[in-house]
Amino acid sequence: MNWLIDFFGDAANWSGPDGIPLRVLEHLVFAGLSLLLAVVLAVPLGLWIGHTGKGAVLVVLSANAARALPTLGLLVLVVLLMGVGTIAPVLIPLVALAVPPILVNTYEGIRGVDPELRDAAYGMGLRGRQVLGGVLVPVALPLILLGMRTAAIQVVATATVAAYVGLGGLGRYIIDGLATKDYPRAIGGAVLVAALALAVQGLFALVQRISVSPGVSGRQRIR
Amino acid sequence: MITFDGVTKRYPDGTVAVDDLSLEVPTGEITVFVGPSGCGKTTSLRMINRMIDPSGGRILLDGVDVTTIDPPTLRRGIGYVIQQAGLFPHRKIVDNVATVPYLLGWDKKKARARAMELLERVGLDLRLAERYPFQLSGGQQQRVGVARALAADPPVLLMDEPFSAVDPIVRASLQEELLRLQAELNKTIVFVTHDIDEAIKLGDRVAVLRVGGRLAQLADPATLLAEPADDFVREFLGRDRGIRRLSFVPGDGLRLRGDLTVPVSAEVSSVRGTAEAWLVVVGDDGGPLGWIAPKDLPDSGTLAEVPAAPYGTFVRGRDSLRSALDAALLSPSGNAVAVDGSGRVVGVATREALDEALARVADGARG
Repeated sequence: MNWLIDFFGDAANWSGPDGIPLRVLEHLVFAGLSLLLAVVLAVPLGLWIGHTGKGAVLVVLSANAARALPTLGLLVLVVLLMGVGTIAPVLIPLVALAVPPILVNTYEGIRGVDPELRDAAYGMGLRGRQVLGGVLVPVALPLILLGMRTAAIQVVATATVAAYVGLGGLGRYIIDGLATKDYPRAIGGAVLVAALALAVQGLFALVQRISVSPGVSGRQRIR
Repeated sequence: MITFDGVTKRYPDGTVAVDDLSLEVPTGEITVFVGPSGCGKTTSLRMINRMIDPSGGRILLDGVDVTTIDPPTLRRGIGYVIQQAGLFPHRKIVDNVATVPYLLGWDKKKARARAMELLERVGLDLRLAERYPFQLSGGQQQRVGVARALAADPPVLLMDEPFSAVDPIVRASLQEELLRLQAELNKTIVFVTHDIDEAIKLGDRVAVLRVGGRLAQLADPATLLAEPADDFVREFLGRDRGIRRLSFVPGDGLRLRGDLTVPVSAEVSSVRGTAEAWLVVVGDDGGPLGWIAPKDLPDSGTLAEVPAAPYGTFVRGRDSLRSALDAALLSPSGNAVAVDGSGRVVGVATREALDEALARVADGARG
């Protein structure tokens, strides 16, 4: 506990290039950008294979295989290939980490919608895109958001690896703290990462509450 | 009118779901497709709105081959009701009903007003309009499904086992409701069921299909019961075919006796001497109160003090011979009390009268 007070109580840790606000911001930029890229890649693909059923097995198998990729190993590989200096080396492994849960959940969410419902939608005269956008996505939304939330938490926790390749973020505190045996700093970094992960979780709970229909979440009570 | 012209559905693996089906579904009538599972009844229905396309033959909707119409456009002009209602869980009831009007580009206000009108029409409390489907019972959801199918006022309604997932009591009320609606709306309805009793109750015409998708018989229910085309149809119709047929024989032909009634205000002494074994006591409002046996009556007082035995009634001019027979079996006298539309006694159909009527039916079956 004292270590935490040592770290968070030190005014010097709250300003400058190695201050907490800037490190948190850097961390959020790495995580946010990676997540955004992963969503842009995985959601349309997941929707498409879930809706058409084409290539489903292949995509889901490779997505699950990708989960086995060691993030750190991939990071080192990307740095070796691309060199340091940009943030691209850290984005690639993080995107690779975030894509599988988003892709698999989006696909499973769409595919899992009751076939009777799909049938009714087509039977009413909805076109393919209207069925997807107007019925399947709203009904599958809780699962799709769950995939994003899982990915977001993993990415926030893993974005610490940026520090390994000389970039900023909260990983700086952990790596620098361990290297200089400044344990309050290392633990302070870890606590910040955990807090950030919790905040992300809360944010997604809020998004879910706003965007999922009460008819799907079952939230609205019978009056 | 919907015309099936040599329609066949053969799947790539060689399975034949529908085999050379030719029949006509007349405008403004309910035509029921009935048969055991695997008889192609649902496939036949789904070929009308192109949920499935035939592999041979044509389906004409008022003379136009449906395969020449773009499926979504075709479907927006045909009401479709399925087994589990298939309501959109994320939309409120009113918006579910307004689905097709929205698709057709009606403005939101008009579409919702139309949806409210239909909810009322199918007998739903308008307070349900702002709820979500999961908050409704199965029977209520099915009513919403019917309202949704009717929203854009399509001339044709396709109903695929719409009532088979609800309990028997709710099913019976949904069936009554459909008949009542149809009397007002005169839609061309194709109704699929595996339940022959439902087919006979609802159908103006019933098409019995056999496994492999072949038409076994197409007839009105009374003819179907009286003259099944072959053993398959006979077996499918099941037991009690003779009794069930009586549902289609009007009870009007029954000879009634007017001299078997007695007012409740009458003195016992005025009745005791009658030769009749049973008399029906009529209340001051003209309604039946029950049967009395004159020979068992006490010595004095009025009939109001005498306990009356149970009775059954049938409505003359509305009920069938089957209802009359049922009424007779509910009375210790074996006679049925005939009442008018407002429940006033108009006479008694005796066992002899019922016997004559049954003999006429039996004669008809022989001829």
